[in-house]
Amino acid sequence: MSKSTEQQFKPNLAVDVAGLKLKNPIMPASGTFGYGEEYSPYLDLNQLGAIVTKGMSLNPKAGNNTPRICETVSGMLNAIGLQNVGVDAFIKDKMAFLANYDTPVIVNFFGNTQEEYGEVAARLDDVPGVAALEMNISCPNVKQGGIVFGTEPQAAAEVISLVRKRTSKPLIVKLTPNVTDIQVMARASEEAGADALSLINTLTGMAVDVKTRKPRIANTIGGLSGPAIRPVAVRLVHQVVQAVKLPVIGIGGITSAVDALEFLIVGAKAVQVGTANFVDPTAMATIIADLEKFCIDDGITDINALIGSLEL
Amino acid sequence: MPDLKTVVLSNQEIAPGYYRMKILAPGYTQLSSPGQFVMLRVQNSLTPLLRRPLGIYRVGFAPADCDTLPPKEFVELIYKVVGSGTEIMRELEVGAPVELLGPLGTGFEFGAAGTEKIMVGGGIGLVPLYMLAQELVKTSAVKLLIGGRTRDDIILASEFERLGVKVEVATEDGSMGTKGLVTKILEQQLDVSKQTEVFACGPMPMLDAVEKICTSREVPLQVSLEALMACGVGACLGCVVKGEGHTSSEPNYLCTCTAGPVFDATNLDWKKTAAIKMAGGGK
Ligand SMILES: Cc1cc2nc3c(=O)[nH]c(=O)nc-3n(C[C@H](O)[C@H](O)[C@H](O)COP(=O)(O)OP(=O)(O)OC[C@H]3O[C@@H](n4cnc5c(N)ncnc54)[C@H](O)[C@@H]3O)c2cc1C
Ligand SMILES: Cc1cc2nc3c(=O)[nH]c(=O)nc-3n(C[C@H](O)[C@H](O)[C@H](O)COP(=O)(O)O)c2cc1C
Ligand code: FES
Repeated sequence: MSKSTEQQFKPNLAVDVAGLKLKNPIMPASGTFGYGEEYSPYLDLNQLGAIVTKGMSLNPKAGNNTPRICETVSGMLNAIGLQNVGVDAFIKDKMAFLANYDTPVIVNFFGNTQEEYGEVAARLDDVPGVAALEMNISCPNVKQGGIVFGTEPQAAAEVISLVRKRTSKPLIVKLTPNVTDIQVMARASEEAGADALSLINTLTGMAVDVKTRKPRIANTIGGLSGPAIRPVAVRLVHQVVQAVKLPVIGIGGITSAVDALEFLIVGAKAVQVGTANFVDPTAMATIIADLEKFCIDDGITDINALIGSLEL
Repeated sequence: MPDLKTVVLSNQEIAPGYYRMKILAPGYTQLSSPGQFVMLRVQNSLTPLLRRPLGIYRVGFAPADCDTLPPKEFVELIYKVVGSGTEIMRELEVGAPVELLGPLGTGFEFGAAGTEKIMVGGGIGLVPLYMLAQELVKTSAVKLLIGGRTRDDIILASEFERLGVKVEVATEDGSMGTKGLVTKILEQQLDVSKQTEVFACGPMPMLDAVEKICTSREVPLQVSLEALMACGVGACLGCVVKGEGHTSSEPNYLCTCTAGPVFDATNLDWKKTAAIKMAGGGK
């Protein structure tokens, strides 16, 4: 309905998540954007609300056997196994590149033990350029990994309070959808000192090659991501927003501005784009431009007016 | 390595199940080097979701539609229909929109000028060898050994011959060329040649055998691998292979999409080829 003759305004897309000032609510999801550099030929990283890096652990991690990925209906399964260079190499080799941009860097991390979680957080604490930490308590892929922490409110609360003591940065806790009651986990995280919540991580899934009768990924079970999981993710974000006061970052199957808007309307302050980056490396730039267009077309001067505007 | 929203220029069957597709690709003649690949989004929809990796067969210029327009720069792909993505590709008509990310990956090193070059391939494995041959024939004698189950699997032989490449064929059923595996003719060749470098692309069992033959004779070998890929740019870590010296405590995973698809054989861990096999799509 917008007419080119009408006076065009520039809507405000900036949002604030736990004190983090973001140019807009769009950022990549951990593990789908490498360390930022991989996508820099395709996308101006300065356009993004934030950059979220691949999950970091104390020591370098080998990851799983191959095949690690397979496509499923409107989605994909992955069991990368959290392969990463380790936190020290990350700080030494990967942060310098990201310092070229004025986009806040959110470092995703995990540990195999409470102590490891604490130690990684501590090592990242005084690194200039790290704007916030995103704590993965939800990865379904690694046997001794996040799964225990992310599915037990007590274990989650313990490790979150431990990390809380070792970092002064804003702490985002990333929740797994593979739980009976997400609201219980959200409240436990809030009480333990999280500054924000992000969700969802991948849903556990499995696919079988009927010719070979083998699982299609070597790890047998993997994490499902992509458009297929979006309705589940929207529902979980909706429930978490009801349960806590913390700002929430919505994740799951976002490929377009309309998808992102679903999450914002149910109450997410920002969103992360994951699998869609593989499909279209410029997806986030398109989403940002289309969000602006949506606001202009609907006469919305500030995107914050849309956040939590769900009509029930 | 631009992300092009572009169109199909032509799309034809060249042998049963094998197709040749030309795509408008400004910049590709300058950007592409032999052994590189593209990630093709076969249609602007979410099914299939992921792009498909396809080797670059050739780049060039096609005549313009009329005299006043510049010639059309293209990239040419050769693909075999194996599943949903390549099934959609088969149906694409001239002018159909596609998205093309590339050229991607690390291609072949050309080796020492003048030494004999032997290329070994089969089926779709011939694709990345064509641009390599175009380069190698400038300085060296080049042979191509093609393997297949039966004569229907032998594609593109005359195209290589036109470049001045000497082509030899082996089929398992003997319906064309030597009867047996292509590695048999490779061994015969290496027995009579002195200084040779080998370049191979094809199914994993073939590469495995070629590696053993070359290593035992200390012949330099480069191989082009396949892996299941999601991103093609080194971001998802889905496409890794085990590199030389890999152990679980000292991992040496290499991304097929960035460190490869072409590897110097000595950089890979051939002891654990079972794992490499899996990277090739579980076949
Ligand atoms: C670097 C690289 C270059 C390639 N070059 C060519 C080429 O020039 N021509 C060509 O025809 N094919 C090439 N391939 C293989 C091609 O990517 C697959 O055949 C294609 O993705 C199958 O898509 P589909 O949707 O038709 O099949 P799907 O329905 O996805 O799968 C059908 C079958 O193909 C296998 N497969 C799927 N993806 C791959 C893959 N990436 N590698 C190996 N097997 C796969 C599956 O395991 C399955 O058995 C290349 C692959 C790589 C990694
Ligand atoms: C290949 C791949 C790797 C991932 N790696 C991580 C990771 O290291 N840490 C993490 O917290 N989440 C990881 N995720 C989960 C994503 O960040 C995201 O939560 C999930 O994919 C859902 O979003 P999407 O549907 O937009 O992809 C990974 C997802 C994929 C597909
Ligand atoms: S395909 Fe994603 S890292 Fe290689």
